[in-house]
Amino acid sequence: MRRNIRALSFMSLVTVAAVGAQSVPQRENRSVVVASKPFGESYLLCEMFAQVLESRGLSVERRPGLGATEIAFGALRTGAIDVYPEYTGTGLIAILHDSLSDSVLADPRAVFAHVAKRFADEYRVLWLPPLGFQNTYAIAVTQATAGKYHLHTLSDLARESPHLTAGFTADFIGRSDGLVGLSRVYGLHPRAVRPLAPAVKYQALASGAVDVIDGYSTDGLLARYDLVTLVDDRHFFPPYEAAALVTEKLETQMPAAVSALTLLSGRLDENTMRRLNRRVEVDGEDVRVVARDELTTLGLIGGGRAASAVERQGHSGFGRYLWDRRLDLAAMTLRHLLLVGLALLAAVFVAVPLGLFLERTRRLAEPIIGSLGVLQTIPSIALLAFMIPLLGVGVTPALVALWLYALYPIARGTYTGVRDADPDAVGAAEALGTTPVQRLLWVRLPLAAPVIMAGIRTAAVITVGAATLAAFIGAGGLGEPIVAGLALADTRMILSGALPAAALALAVDGVLALVERMVAPAHRRERIWQRRGSQALADDALRTPAV
Amino acid sequence: MPLSLAARNVSHRFGNVVALDDVSVDVPAGRAVALVGESGSGKTTLLRCFNRLVEPLRGEVSVGDRNVRTQPAVLLRRGIGYVQQHGGLLPHWRVLRNVALVPILREMPDPTDAARQALELVGLPASDFGNRFPHELSGGQRQRVALARSIAAQPGVILLDEPFGALDAISRADLQESFDAMRHDLAVTTLLVTHDLAEAGRLADEVVVMRAGRVEQHGTMRTLISAPATEYVARLIERARAGLEALRL
Repeated sequence: MRRNIRALSFMSLVTVAAVGAQSVPQRENRSVVVASKPFGESYLLCEMFAQVLESRGLSVERRPGLGATEIAFGALRTGAIDVYPEYTGTGLIAILHDSLSDSVLADPRAVFAHVAKRFADEYRVLWLPPLGFQNTYAIAVTQATAGKYHLHTLSDLARESPHLTAGFTADFIGRSDGLVGLSRVYGLHPRAVRPLAPAVKYQALASGAVDVIDGYSTDGLLARYDLVTLVDDRHFFPPYEAAALVTEKLETQMPAAVSALTLLSGRLDENTMRRLNRRVEVDGEDVRVVARDELTTLGLIGGGRAASAVERQGHSGFGRYLWDRRLDLAAMTLRHLLLVGLALLAAVFVAVPLGLFLERTRRLAEPIIGSLGVLQTIPSIALLAFMIPLLGVGVTPALVALWLYALYPIARGTYTGVRDADPDAVGAAEALGTTPVQRLLWVRLPLAAPVIMAGIRTAAVITVGAATLAAFIGAGGLGEPIVAGLALADTRMILSGALPAAALALAVDGVLALVERMVAPAHRRERIWQRRGSQALADDALRTPAV
Repeated sequence: MPLSLAARNVSHRFGNVVALDDVSVDVPAGRAVALVGESGSGKTTLLRCFNRLVEPLRGEVSVGDRNVRTQPAVLLRRGIGYVQQHGGLLPHWRVLRNVALVPILREMPDPTDAARQALELVGLPASDFGNRFPHELSGGQRQRVALARSIAAQPGVILLDEPFGALDAISRADLQESFDAMRHDLAVTTLLVTHDLAEAGRLADEVVVMRAGRVEQHGTMRTLISAPATEYVARLIERARAGLEALRL
């Protein structure tokens, strides 16, 4: 998870300047963008891809933890990323929505050939030769549950399912090769289904909060909790062979990158992956160390430098943990602040004039502000996912999504504030011959300033929170350790993002509270600098800006 | 220089409600006329026709023998003083700046000095009051500031819409007294809207009684009392007199 600091701090500035850079024609010696989905094994494979590429002298940009299948694959199709690890079964069912005869399904090679051909034809996306292991769904229960209900197979589970509560990942619940298909094929209908983050489902199962979960067969945690994996007796799950998924563009533009990635093909078997996942998920080792150790063992990279103290240290104190990562955290905080600041600034530039315009055309006001309000009800992660086909992944879609969230409170505050600004004062100013612009600048805006600022403060705090989710589409910021920590079941990592984010929300709110006091109408400001001489008084009377 | 006011056959309606029905009123330059009537009689609507806050559907309105429609509303208004019931001072501007508003708008050479003089006239010396915010004044003082603001640029006409209506009886009487003195000093044409016949009699040279958008009678208070034109006018005077009788006990 520890990232290249230099790249981060540059990225925060460069990506800001080069918004929309994804559409610029690519240069030959650009970085390879390596991504992953948000779970431990995907992070590990992403890191292995990255290190192999770097060992061959290629520069790499890491975008781990992209939302879920739709977001990661969407990013690949639009060329926002170049490579991420995927599984043939997922490609077949969740992406192609395809079905194959049982005889074909029984043969992983045939499934791979079929999926690879359709991806190349339809999406111009290539499957590199499989890495050498399968990671299928492992529907798991505790020993106690298995004993109590006599569960050995998924058919047994289906029979007892009305008595059981399931804890499944959101991805699994919605997928046709997940709960949907299991219900159809086995008649599985649990008493309740709770959507759980991958990182917490083992704990939820162990604590008895749920009775059955969807694990992965190579999960490091599967062994730790001594769980029973139920047999897929009707051969419902297709083979899930892991492989690198790359864009055709990468092959034509940077064949060296594709050759480097192919070096991993056939080199990782299931025992190896289970062992590596265990080091990451159970022992809490740094993904970079685990990846480098394994690549060295495989002879794919040189011995490399010795692991730094940060990477070696196991479970020392949280304060120490934060201190060791202070530069990364500072860079992520800065990036977070930039995301929030830019989105907020853009929202102010649009929503304040919009609020003023709506105040003049009252009939449109409620419908338009109402529809901005509806945007607030779209879950952030869904809004971010909508952005990918339009804007790819990274900073641009995140900024647009955050900007959309910030519009409503600011537009509402401006409209209400200006509409309700002291009607007597506004009326008198009109009767005495002020122009509409003068009334706006001299009377309505100054009197509405506190309400407008309250809207901006609300928007700022919302944006600081929503920006943590931007990590799901590779925009970085303090969401990065949160997303990674969730994927790797690392509480310290989650907190190392969540606590600074909370502090940032408080700080931003506090700073804007000061601004609010500064822009308050003069008569409501504190009377500190009020005692002035008569000359200052005369100047004051004349200081009215010319409009 | 005082300007005359004239409304000729003015009619206006808000939606289906008739506000003014063929009204004609003249105010000679330098005179004070009071529009008297109950709520909905159309008196405020008529007043607001003179500074184009209301554009009547029919009829002609002129200020200083010039049709108000021939000049831009903003420029017209800068030449007409205006005071409303709740002052309408800008709460975030200090008193001196409030009073200097119209001089600033008219780009007069020394707006501050104009504001000081106007404050002096209403009995609030700028040295004591100029640096205060409106909320630091009493209700009566606020209305005085509003009055000062309406005369600071030395307009030829001032329009007053129930200017003393929200004040307690004593402030009200004080302010009426100052206003009467000031009006005569400045020789400014005055149109005053009030529902109080006694106030009208005290401040105005002539009284126009309005009812349901029409003029019931236009004349001096003496004429109204001695020869009420309609039963409504007679009743109005009877009421006002009854109020005064009650005090005599």
